Amino acid sequence: MAELSVNIGELRLKNPVTTASGTFGYGVEFADFFDISRLGGIFVKGTTLLPREGNDYPRMAETPSGMLNAVGLQNKGVDYFIDHIYPTIKDIDTHFMVNVSGSSPETYAECAAKLDALDKIPAIEVNISCPNVKQGGMAFGVTCCGAASVVKAVREVYHKTMIVKLSPNVTDITEIARAVEAEGADAVSLINTLLGMAIDAEKRKPLLSTITGGLSGPCVKPIALRLVWQTHRAVQIPIVGLGGIASAKDAIEFMLAGASAVEIGTYNFIDPCIGLKVIDGIDAYCDRHGFHSVTELIGALEK
Amino acid sequence: MKKYVSEMEVVENSMLHSHYCLLKLRSSNPLPEMTPGQFVQVLVDKSPNTFLRRPISINFVDYQHNELWLLIQLVGDGTKRMAEFKVGESVNIVYPLGNGFSIPGESDSDKRFLLVGGGVGTAPLLYLGKRLKDLGFQPCFLLGARSAGDLLQLEQFRAQGEVFVTTEDGSAGEKGFVTNHSVLKERNFDRIYSCGPKPMMIAVARFAASKGIDCEVSLENKMACGVGACLCCVEKNKEGHNVCVCTEGPVFNSKELTWLN
Repeated sequence: MAELSVNIGELRLKNPVTTASGTFGYGVEFADFFDISRLGGIFVKGTTLLPREGNDYPRMAETPSGMLNAVGLQNKGVDYFIDHIYPTIKDIDTHFMVNVSGSSPETYAECAAKLDALDKIPAIEVNISCPNVKQGGMAFGVTCCGAASVVKAVREVYHKTMIVKLSPNVTDITEIARAVEAEGADAVSLINTLLGMAIDAEKRKPLLSTITGGLSGPCVKPIALRLVWQTHRAVQIPIVGLGGIASAKDAIEFMLAGASAVEIGTYNFIDPCIGLKVIDGIDAYCDRHGFHSVTELIGALEK
Repeated sequence: MKKYVSEMEVVENSMLHSHYCLLKLRSSNPLPEMTPGQFVQVLVDKSPNTFLRRPISINFVDYQHNELWLLIQLVGDGTKRMAEFKVGESVNIVYPLGNGFSIPGESDSDKRFLLVGGGVGTAPLLYLGKRLKDLGFQPCFLLGARSAGDLLQLEQFRAQGEVFVTTEDGSAGEKGFVTNHSVLKERNFDRIYSCGPKPMMIAVARFAASKGIDCEVSLENKMACGVGACLCCVEKNKEGHNVCVCTEGPVFNSKELTWLN
């Protein structure tokens, strides 16, 4: 039984396994399947200052070993979260972290400030990488100055752990990572989805209402792993790795590439108990390899 | 209603006509209560192009033998692989999901129910019809298909109530669509339950609304998670909000949707 706790900035997670925003609801959707308090953390659905309806149906297309989505940050707004969701999750013994989006640095900051006041929300994940919204979202995450402007505005009002979620749809992710680190981000999480497309050849039509959407699932894992590895060599702040994790082995690979913790995303749809299996699998791996703490895995590629 | 993720054993998998299969799964534990209209998510392995689970409506539950029946139309790689599931093979399913049809109570004892299905959309109506019959009602079925070869489980339906049929090519029953069938003019109903292609359900819902008949429809929007987490399977409700078919439905009262506008 290895020590499984890890730190993301000043935030201590009981283990490195969390679930990714938009794939695990508010956790309670999965509570029938396993004890969700065993997770290191839960990143809840992307939340914005005002309610959003998201994009039109169809919003999803299956791809080999993955899927495209174009949900477009449908959510009922941060006030609804505070009044109706927070009371139902605040006593669950894991860290709930809120994924925050906006259409301007000011709306990101205003949303973050409201969450700063919630005792049991120890961290936010600032989403500057959603490919499915017209305003904001990925637009901020693809330039250093855009990314920096959001992080700067949020940092002024948000006093707890700020994780910034990065887009893979950039020429050099390390530049963006350095820019957000310089503005005071406590950690970065990567990757958000890859911009993709699917077509129905018979009907000669795109499969998504938005034509393009975000690709996720095991098909993106090699790309995500490479980006985590590159980012690990570029910044000092911790990395939360995600992108196609479907097993404990996948999660360990992300940690070896430099991630301090991981998020499980799309695979929650395939195996609703995957989070638990990854925790137990990491524990067994540490025992098998003689690691006393899971932190020994972080960036521990053999030379 | 509590959700489960379970392994079930294939006890029968038979082709019905050329492109449907009836998959019977047995649970080693007693099956929980399931409402007609609910669905399951089936894990489909050994199919390289199939990543997501396949949402399939509950066709029938045989509590005596702990069997769950799924009626599947072979559409793509995933459903074709399901048709290859062998007897004795283990299948992983998440169930029961979503909200089913409204089940009438004692105060509805004089009510008449029509169950209108099209194509593979007839699947959940068998279990619903059985439930209605068990409760002492006399359900009527109106089943539509492209041609005689697409009419499914007619004998099982006849065991639950009176069956009326339409086919588009006239090869069985009355020729045309379900909404053209003479039974709709000749008899009165208090509620219609419907499942099938969306254009059919919209036509049924509009017919019901024009007659002041309560109408419930079961949607089959494309889904990923099936538990309300991903928000992919949305349908617009009458307030103009996107709601998840997997958790707010799949059964909706047609008045809750935008179809009557």
